[in-house]
Amino acid sequence: MQPVEQRDEVEMLSLMLLIRRFEERASQQYQAQKIGGFCHLYIGQEAVVTGAVAAVRDDDYIITAYRDHAHALARGTSADACMAELFGKETGCSRGLGGSMHFFDRKNHMYGGHAIVAAHVPLAVGMAFAIKYRGEDRVTLCFFGDGAINQGAFHEALNLAALYNLPIVFICENNLFAMGTSVKRSTSLRQIVDRAEGYDIPGEIVDGMNFREVRDKIAEIADSIRKEPHPAFLEMRTYRYRGHSMSDPASYRTKQELEKYRLDDPITRLRAQLTREGKLTNEQFDMLDKRAKETVLAAVKFAEKSPQPPLDTLYDYTYANGAMEPGRPPSEEAAQQRREAAPSPNTNSR
Amino acid sequence: MREITYRQALNEALSEELERDPNVFLMGEEVAEYQGAYKVSHGLLQRFGPRRIIDTPISENGFAGLGVGAAMVGLRPIIEFMTFSFSLVAFDQVVNNAPNMYTMSGGQFNIPITFRGPNGPAHQLGATHSHATENFYASVPGLKVCTPATPRDAKGLLKTAVRDDNPVLVLEAELLYSSKGMVEPPDEELLIPLGKAEVKREGSDVSIICYAQTVPLALQVAAQLEEEDISAEILDLRSIKPLDEQAIFDSVTKTHRVVIVEQDHPFCGVGAEVCYRIQKNVFDALDAPVIRVSQEDVPMPYNERLEKAVLPNADKLIKAIKQVCYA
Repeated sequence: MQPVEQRDEVEMLSLMLLIRRFEERASQQYQAQKIGGFCHLYIGQEAVVTGAVAAVRDDDYIITAYRDHAHALARGTSADACMAELFGKETGCSRGLGGSMHFFDRKNHMYGGHAIVAAHVPLAVGMAFAIKYRGEDRVTLCFFGDGAINQGAFHEALNLAALYNLPIVFICENNLFAMGTSVKRSTSLRQIVDRAEGYDIPGEIVDGMNFREVRDKIAEIADSIRKEPHPAFLEMRTYRYRGHSMSDPASYRTKQELEKYRLDDPITRLRAQLTREGKLTNEQFDMLDKRAKETVLAAVKFAEKSPQPPLDTLYDYTYANGAMEPGRPPSEEAAQQRREAAPSPNTNSR
Repeated sequence: MREITYRQALNEALSEELERDPNVFLMGEEVAEYQGAYKVSHGLLQRFGPRRIIDTPISENGFAGLGVGAAMVGLRPIIEFMTFSFSLVAFDQVVNNAPNMYTMSGGQFNIPITFRGPNGPAHQLGATHSHATENFYASVPGLKVCTPATPRDAKGLLKTAVRDDNPVLVLEAELLYSSKGMVEPPDEELLIPLGKAEVKREGSDVSIICYAQTVPLALQVAAQLEEEDISAEILDLRSIKPLDEQAIFDSVTKTHRVVIVEQDHPFCGVGAEVCYRIQKNVFDALDAPVIRVSQEDVPMPYNERLEKAVLPNADKLIKAIKQVCYA
C-alpha cells in the first residue's frame, strides 16, 4: 500500500477533475435521455471523497449512499464501467442492474451505492465488525449525507459501532440540504457533529472543500484506528452545486449562496495551492483537464457501443449458486435451456 | 435416532455450524448472557465465547443490517430475531438490503445470512406479537423461507440455511419449541435441502398441505378422521420458498382433493400461491375445489376465546376436509 504522504497531489487533482467532468457529461447524457431513473451529481463535493481515498489504503472498505459515482471513480472503477452502468449496459460496474444509485466494485473494495437513506450505515458497521472479528487492521469509511442523520438506522448503527468499538469512520457529507430540506429545517442540533457525542464517538468538523484538510484528518484517524479499533465521526462541510437530482432546479436556495460556494471550489483551491508551491503550471492543469474530458468522452462512446444485458440472464442474479425451484438445474444450464426454449424472459415455472 | 426437543435440535444445529465454520457467528437480543429468550442458544456463549455469540441492544434494524454488511465481506451471520414480529422493525434490511444486493451489484455480492427466530401466533400475545410473516417474506425475490415443524426438520433446515449462499429465513414455531421428535444422533450429519416437502403421513382420500404450526394440527385431524374412514395424506411443505411444486402435484394427483391449512392470513397467503399452482398445473386431477383454512382476516385479539376463533383449528379443518370429500 502506498503511504499517504506519497500519494501525488497532482494525481488527486486529476481525479477531482475526472469526477467533475464525468458528472457534467452524465448530466448532459441524462438530458439526452441516455440515462434513466434518478441521477444525483457530486459536483462541488469532490474534495471529500478524493481526500478520503488519498488518506487510506486501497484495501480499506468504502461504502456510500446514492450520490456514488465519485466514490467508485475515486476507488479506481473505470469511467467506462461507471458510464456504462448509467447507460444500463452489461459492461457497467453493476452489469447494468444497479444504475446510478447502485454502483458496486468488489475488486476495488467499493461496497456500494445504497439508495435508501441511512440503510447502508448498519451495513458499514457490519463490515467494520468483520474487520475486528478477523483481527485485521483495515478501516471502513462510511459516507452519507446530512439527510441520513435523522433516520433510525443511523442512530442504531452509531450505537452499535460505539458499543462494539469498531474500526469505522462515519463521514457525513453535509451539503446543507437533504433534497430540498435544509439542515436547519430537519435537525434539532446546532451542528451535525454533535450527533456523535450522543454515542460517545469522537467527532470533528472538517472543511470539506479543502482536499488537504480532508486527507490529513482522515489519515490521522485511520492511523489511530489501525492501532486500536474505534469509531470516529467527521462532519464534512461541503456543497453541491447542482440540485438534489437531475429533476431538481434547487429553487430552495439563492444564487448568492451558490456563488459563494463556487468561489470556494475544491478544484480551484487545490490547483491554487499546487500552483503557488510551484508543483503545477497552467499548461499542466489544462492538460489534466483535457485528459479528464477525453477519458469521459471515451467512456460515453464505450457505454453507447456496449451491449445490453441479455434478456435470458434475467434470472441469473437473483440467487447465488444454483437453482431456485427444486428440480431446476443450476443457473448456467438453466440459462442455456431458457435460451433454447424461450424467446421471452417471462417464462419461469409458472 | 434419539428423541430431543425442537429447541435442542436448533441448539445442536447452531453448535455444529459454529464448530464447523469460523465465519459463522450468532447475534441477537439476549442470545449470549441470557442464554436465549427461548433458550435456543443455551450454552453457546460458554462454548464459543463472546466473539461469536453476541448480545445486541434492542436495535433490530441496526443488527440485521450489521449482519448483511458482515456477509458482504465474507462472514456467515446468524441473526436471531426474538420473534419475527420484531423483524418488521428491520424490514428494510431483510427485504431491501439482504435479497437485493446480489442483483444490484450485478452478482458481485451475495449475502450468505440466516435470519431465524420464532414466527407465527403463540398464545395471547396480541396483535403486535402474533405475526405470521412467511407470506410477506416469501413474496420477495432473493429470499428463501423455510418453516420447520419437527425437531428433525428444524435441525436439518437450519444447518442447510447457514450453508446457503443466499439470505435464508428460518421461521421457527414458537409453540413447538418444547415438542419432541426423533432426530439422527449428533455424530451423523443432518442436512435437509431447502425446497423439499415431506409426506408426514400417507393417505389416499385427501391431501392436507400444511407447514409449521399447522403440521401437528393436521396430523391430529388425520388420526381423528381415520375413524370416519377418511384417509388423509399430510404434506408438510417445510420450505415456503423454494416451494416443492412436484411434491404438491404428486400428492394432488394421488388423492384428487386438497385442503391447505396455513398459519398466515388468507389474503395473499401462502395457500393462495399453492392453490394457484395446483389449478394451473394439475387442474384435471382435481375432483373438488381446493379449500384453504387460514387465520381469520383480522388483527389478532388478546382475548383467548377470540384468538382461538381466529386461528385454524381442528373443527375448521375437519369441516373443510369433509367439504372437499363431499362427506
